Amino acid sequence: MTTVEAPAIGLTHGGSEDTGLGHRGPESKSIVVPYGFWLFVLSDMVLFSALFATYASLSHATDGGPTSGELFDRTLVAIETMALLLSSFTCGLAMITAKRGNMIWTLGWLVVTGLLGLVFLSIELYEFATMIGEGAGPQRSAFLSSFFTLVGCHGAHVTCGLLWIGTMMAQVWTKGFREHIMRRLLCLSVFWHALDIIWVAIFTIVYLIGTLP
Amino acid sequence: MTEHDPEKLNVAPGTPHSNILSETVAYLIGLALALVLTGVSFWVASTSVLWGPGVAVGLVVLAIAQMGVHLVFFLHITSGPDNTNNVLALAFGVLIVFLVMIGTIVIMTQMDANMAPDPALMNLQMQH
Amino acid sequence: MFGKLTWDAIPFDEPIPLITSLVVILGIVGIGIWVWRKGWFPALWHGYITSTDHKKIGIMYIVLALLMLVRGFADAIMMRIQQSMAIGASQGYLPPEHYNQIFSAHGTIMIFFVAMPFVIGFMNFVVPLQLGVRDVAFPTMNNVSFWLTASGALLVNVSLFVGEFARTGWLAFPPLSELEFSPGVGVDYYLVALQISGVGTVLTAVNFVTTILKTRAPGMSYLRMPVFCWTSLASNLIILAAFPVLTATLALLMLDRYLGFHFFTNDGGGNSMLYMNLIWVWGHPEVYILVLPAFGIYSEVAATFSGKPLFGYRSMVFATMVICIVSLMVWLHHFFTMGAGANINAIFGIASMIIGIPTGVKIYNWLFTMYGGRVRFNVPMYYLIGFMLTFVGGGLTGVLLAIPPVDFVVHNSLFLVAHFHHVIIGGVVFAIMAGYTYWFPKAFGFTLDERLGKIIFWCWFIGFHLAFMPLYVLGFWGGTRRMQHINDPSWAPWLNVALFGAVIIGVGIVLTVVQLLYSIKTREQRRDITGDPWDGRTLEWLTLSPPPHYNFAVLPDVHGEEAYWIRKQTAIKEDKLIDEPDYKPIEMPIDTPTGIIVAFFASVCGFAVIWHIWWLAIVGLIGAFAIFVWYAWQDEHEHIIPVEEVRANARERRRIRMEHLHTISQST
Repeated sequence: MTTVEAPAIGLTHGGSEDTGLGHRGPESKSIVVPYGFWLFVLSDMVLFSALFATYASLSHATDGGPTSGELFDRTLVAIETMALLLSSFTCGLAMITAKRGNMIWTLGWLVVTGLLGLVFLSIELYEFATMIGEGAGPQRSAFLSSFFTLVGCHGAHVTCGLLWIGTMMAQVWTKGFREHIMRRLLCLSVFWHALDIIWVAIFTIVYLIGTLP
Repeated sequence: MTEHDPEKLNVAPGTPHSNILSETVAYLIGLALALVLTGVSFWVASTSVLWGPGVAVGLVVLAIAQMGVHLVFFLHITSGPDNTNNVLALAFGVLIVFLVMIGTIVIMTQMDANMAPDPALMNLQMQH
Repeated sequence: MFGKLTWDAIPFDEPIPLITSLVVILGIVGIGIWVWRKGWFPALWHGYITSTDHKKIGIMYIVLALLMLVRGFADAIMMRIQQSMAIGASQGYLPPEHYNQIFSAHGTIMIFFVAMPFVIGFMNFVVPLQLGVRDVAFPTMNNVSFWLTASGALLVNVSLFVGEFARTGWLAFPPLSELEFSPGVGVDYYLVALQISGVGTVLTAVNFVTTILKTRAPGMSYLRMPVFCWTSLASNLIILAAFPVLTATLALLMLDRYLGFHFFTNDGGGNSMLYMNLIWVWGHPEVYILVLPAFGIYSEVAATFSGKPLFGYRSMVFATMVICIVSLMVWLHHFFTMGAGANINAIFGIASMIIGIPTGVKIYNWLFTMYGGRVRFNVPMYYLIGFMLTFVGGGLTGVLLAIPPVDFVVHNSLFLVAHFHHVIIGGVVFAIMAGYTYWFPKAFGFTLDERLGKIIFWCWFIGFHLAFMPLYVLGFWGGTRRMQHINDPSWAPWLNVALFGAVIIGVGIVLTVVQLLYSIKTREQRRDITGDPWDGRTLEWLTLSPPPHYNFAVLPDVHGEEAYWIRKQTAIKEDKLIDEPDYKPIEMPIDTPTGIIVAFFASVCGFAVIWHIWWLAIVGLIGAFAIFVWYAWQDEHEHIIPVEEVRANARERRRIRMEHLHTISQST
């Protein structure tokens, strides 16, 4: 399924020789835009790696306060993980239906994705509130600062993702499945899947390894 | 074949393949694998049958496997010639993540190890 | 209502910032009135401020950089004067609290708001032209990136008359930069300004890596790209790798300061050494972000002004990518003395020396490019030769510093200060001046005055050496960096020589302004009629000067390295241009106010965060988000340039080139 698409920035040239890989002139926007977004997502992963490195360095700096073993509830984490993983799946389904131009199913799967994301966030906020209520807030120790920042940064990204899902739903509803809307949906799905990848690292390192006996 | 079709020499990351059934199946397989890996992770973290120090390593391996499942089944990053730029970018990203994390951990651990002892301990040591 | 902001924020009791601020404000107002009276605002708004044209954006970056160079240099000369005055009994004219702000501002401005914008400006202007395409991959985002950088620069300058700047040095090490020891707004200005401009920089990197990897003229495979494009690719890859770490680290410091977190505090389990580690993970690659495009500029200049292809193209490319990767593996050499131990120090020391090898390969390649060529001693060639003499010296002292035991003696001394100025000025600044002279005619249609250009070069070359060689000596004698007062009177002659050198550099900077004004005034004498004033070898010289908005009427077909040179030589040999191609209408992105409006709200939000005016910060955030959504809701982001206009411009270019061709064939 190759459609003739608007090239990135006015491609017009007289005569060309096909010399193989990457020599055909500028790629079309539907290649260029998601690739740029992929690069941005990778740079975001580097940002998270700095936060992970900080967490790893400070995970024992509890200043006599609560430790990870004392604080984290694996059941809650399991539910959060399921919610986010399922939302990644439903996001994929939304992309499948969007490619077929099906408005109801696409909006539907996007709603489900958003709701699952909301479930994830609610559990996380509940966890944060509980910890702060018990005196284990981010100002208590370096370990807690790094926990709240790492997990909170991920949560902030999820929040932005939810805002984006809402915006995309509005755009799809009002403008349909035009080329630039499809590109943005593709970028959104890349973003959402990347968030789940980061979460895999978080639940493994922070919640599982962090609470080993 | 992608080699002869110049249109297919470049694929955007996240672009799925063309058949609705095969696309859905890909996501289902990805979901199933991810669920299994997650379940195993939680089990490994709570079981006592595995050797202690190996558990952390096992969890990291499982996490990496899960990330791989996400990349392949959800993000459609494959090793085909149409995906080269995407894979190269990912490899670069992974290198940086590795450098930043391992580098920081090693450096900070070393510096921590070289810190002067606690004053009380130092007092004790100096009395000998 | 206004957070921490009160009338006390204005430095009524400090004459230097007060008078400077008044002069600057009056200057801005005056220039604004002058521009308005001349009726230039619409042209400025459409032609530059809202432009999505990479060439215009590149020019704006360079204008910003030149303005900030004046401020950064003013800080430098103030420091030199203070150090020459405050010896022995005298305390000089700058108390420590003020001096500390000056050296912090000097470093911050020079790296973030002079060197980076210059380098990014050149990449913006040149890369799409050299790749034979019409613009970067994301032109609107390009505009946004520029205005976010400008927003950061604005905030740093606002700190001069509302509040204060950081007193911590340009990297704001904790615990000094923590709230406990820096309770004022200075560090907050620093953090907020860099976070805002940092977003712009990362977006630029996404833009350029995508452009270089995914949009090139037909036939331009990777190994047919000009070396400047390779170095731009490497530099932007490093930005993608390093800047997120800067963003994270500064954010952690902000969390400590604003929300009482304990990442780097002395209490609560914080570890300030972690900051050093993370900030240098960014800080070392940063200098390679600056120097790699500089190397690219030298490659272009060497080939053009030797009349020969660049020697060892493939080894250049390989060396560039090796530097790109290894630059991410050496950062610990900035804190050998912090206690990681001999083994770790050795690893990073060896890595730091290894990175000198590909750099050496490059130097040999430039030398061999010149060897056997017909070298033309225009101003850019002066800077190339000056660079090779200067940078190598700086690099040698760098290899010295890479040896941990040596570093233990001279860490954070004037020796270090001399080293990094040696490489930055010899490497980056000279390249900037060369590139500025080299590409000025392409941007504006006339060359700069050559004679003044050579005088400016000598001012920089002689001035730099006089200003910094004494510092190597003083460093060995125990001179620490950042001293407001000097105890040892025997250092006076050395410091005075350094001051004299700084003054000579200052003359060079003033002459640069004079050169610009004079060249504009006498531009008809040095018109670039053909678009190829230097007998260039790369595709930017194919267009007229300045190029049309869309760069090329049709994207050029590339048949080898040095795409333009081959085409030119074929034309000369066959005594005709290539067949006239089939012209088509061209789709180009429209101008947009998105960038400047987003930056406006970012500045408002930033200022509000600095002064703890929370309601205003939220207003700023909502505003920035709203304009972004408004932009995303537009469906038409392009306009069509009619084929008649394309054809007319192209035919004019062909006519001029034909005439030039006849002149060449008549003279041979």
